[in-house]
Amino acid sequence: MEKDIREDIAWAQINKDVLKSLENPRRLYWIILFTAIAMVGVAVGCEVYQYQTGMGVANKNNSHVWGLYIATFIFWIGMSHSGTLLSAILHLMHADWRKPIYRFAEAMTTFSLMTAGLFVLVHLGRLWQVYYVMPYPNERWAWPNFQSPLVWDMFAIATYLSSSVIFLYVGMIPDLAICRDNIHSGWRKKLYTVMSLGWEGTDRQWRNFRITYLTVACFLIPLAVSVHSIVASDFAMSNMPGWHVTSFPPYFVAGALYSGCAAIITLFIILRYTFKFEEYMTLPIMRKLVRLTFAIAMVWTYLNMIEFASVWYGHDQTAKDQLIFKATGPYAPFFWAMIFFGSILPLMLAFKRFQTHLPILFVVSILLNVGMWLERWMIIAPSFAHGHYPWTWDHDQWPSFVQWGIVFGSFGWFTLLFMVFCKVFPSVSMYEVKEMVYHRSLSLKGKSAAKGGH
Amino acid sequence: MSQRHLLALFNNFDEAAATILELRATSINGFDIDDLVLKSPIEHPEVEAVLGDKPINVQWFTLIGACMGGLLAFFLIASAQANFFAQVKGGKPIVPLPPDFVLTYEMFILGGVFITVLGFLICAGLPAKRSPLYSSKVSEDQIGILVKGDESALTALKTIFTKHGALEIQEEAGR
Repeated sequence: MEKDIREDIAWAQINKDVLKSLENPRRLYWIILFTAIAMVGVAVGCEVYQYQTGMGVANKNNSHVWGLYIATFIFWIGMSHSGTLLSAILHLMHADWRKPIYRFAEAMTTFSLMTAGLFVLVHLGRLWQVYYVMPYPNERWAWPNFQSPLVWDMFAIATYLSSSVIFLYVGMIPDLAICRDNIHSGWRKKLYTVMSLGWEGTDRQWRNFRITYLTVACFLIPLAVSVHSIVASDFAMSNMPGWHVTSFPPYFVAGALYSGCAAIITLFIILRYTFKFEEYMTLPIMRKLVRLTFAIAMVWTYLNMIEFASVWYGHDQTAKDQLIFKATGPYAPFFWAMIFFGSILPLMLAFKRFQTHLPILFVVSILLNVGMWLERWMIIAPSFAHGHYPWTWDHDQWPSFVQWGIVFGSFGWFTLLFMVFCKVFPSVSMYEVKEMVYHRSLSLKGKSAAKGGH
Repeated sequence: MSQRHLLALFNNFDEAAATILELRATSINGFDIDDLVLKSPIEHPEVEAVLGDKPINVQWFTLIGACMGGLLAFFLIASAQANFFAQVKGGKPIVPLPPDFVLTYEMFILGGVFITVLGFLICAGLPAKRSPLYSSKVSEDQIGILVKGDESALTALKTIFTKHGALEIQEEAGR
């Protein structure tokens, strides 16, 4: 059986390798960082233009009141799922292979949520009135409608973001102490000293840490499921053809896990090369990750088919027309691209030869996410273009450059936050990799002792 | 008699566990086994087990936090809805339970997570000041045993540490 990690890596070496990543990445790191900054610049320019000129420049109109902004909002919310959810689930299942990769996956969750939140602001247009969404007694005598899934969304996302940040931070405390002990001067030393809270790895600290981490992981699993179910309810609880589908919540959760897993593959490959993590982000771990992605892709495909079948064999003629419109109308190329990238392309992940072929996986993982982004767009745009009212039927809409610019820039924003995080904080969990090496060496000792006994 | 700290560093968990077992078994005047602190680079329940039963109370914080979060959310939302009773509800309940359950559920989790972490900080004694003796080797690859004892007990403690292969013994300066 392939080893997830070498059992003979010295613990001191693990510290050294990971700490080196905080100081000395490959040149590609800086290329990615500056590209991301340039992309953010594009988005900021578009947003400033939209803010100054008015929402009209986004080219949204009746009936296309939700454009790329909401599609991309769902995409980023979805992307956030795999990080925390997989980290928590695999932690509960004692899957040791998660240990070298969960930290950056959790960071991915946090930054995806932050990026998603921006789209709500961009979409609202009137940024200065964003606090209207908060439930507070106000001079307008109006409370938010607590029966609306949009308000649930606000609560769910705020809960998920704060819980994910806490989960990420708590899991990082022992590593921050390592950074504190090994970095001897400068602002980083002060940062790590404050953030490590005086952690010394005492039995009392570890005992309470273990329970806390487990408890928060247990909370996060139903939370993550509820967040995307609630996002799905934004659609499923409306009467729009194409949205009023019972299977939307599990479909959204599966789609979220899928795009998150694909993103983890992309980031795995980038971090492995950029920070020279070949010893920790190993090919056997990649193989497991790819198999997981394949399994989730098939679940997503199944739920997609369920949705189509229930619409096709249902009695809602408008919904059926909507499905036909998606597959044959002006959005057909994007719809079929979604099917190809989301359901056909991942079939190649079933073949062993591709499961560890990093250049191919890099391209495929990005294309899977292109498919998942198209999925979100194909949920929104066709329903607006072919709704209940015939007047909507000639309202095909193509998003403006402002919308595209902000969507493009959001990828830069995410990348910027993520890459800065990986340079400031250890993106591989040192203490958990040590545990992994320790468990592996114990199991090898046990095996050799058993052999000796015979 | 004044008390001083000793920190012994070991190469592996077996040596550290053997040392603790011997310290438990031997009666040393001026040393209490409850004053022993084990420091390690990874969590290790097996070695912690030799320290004896120590209570973990984080889960009580979790229970209280989750219940308080859920109850608080429900009553805040319900009272907001009840205060706004003049709104036309079309015959539907003023406080509708199914949608309120969603928000109660979210706040149940939020309260649980926040108060669990608060409980962790309280139970683990964090933020903490640096203990009298510390070695950064403990965050790298060595296991530390920190003990506190009367000056008269130090020689016996050092003998046990050395016997079990301590790599280094640090002693707090006398006052």
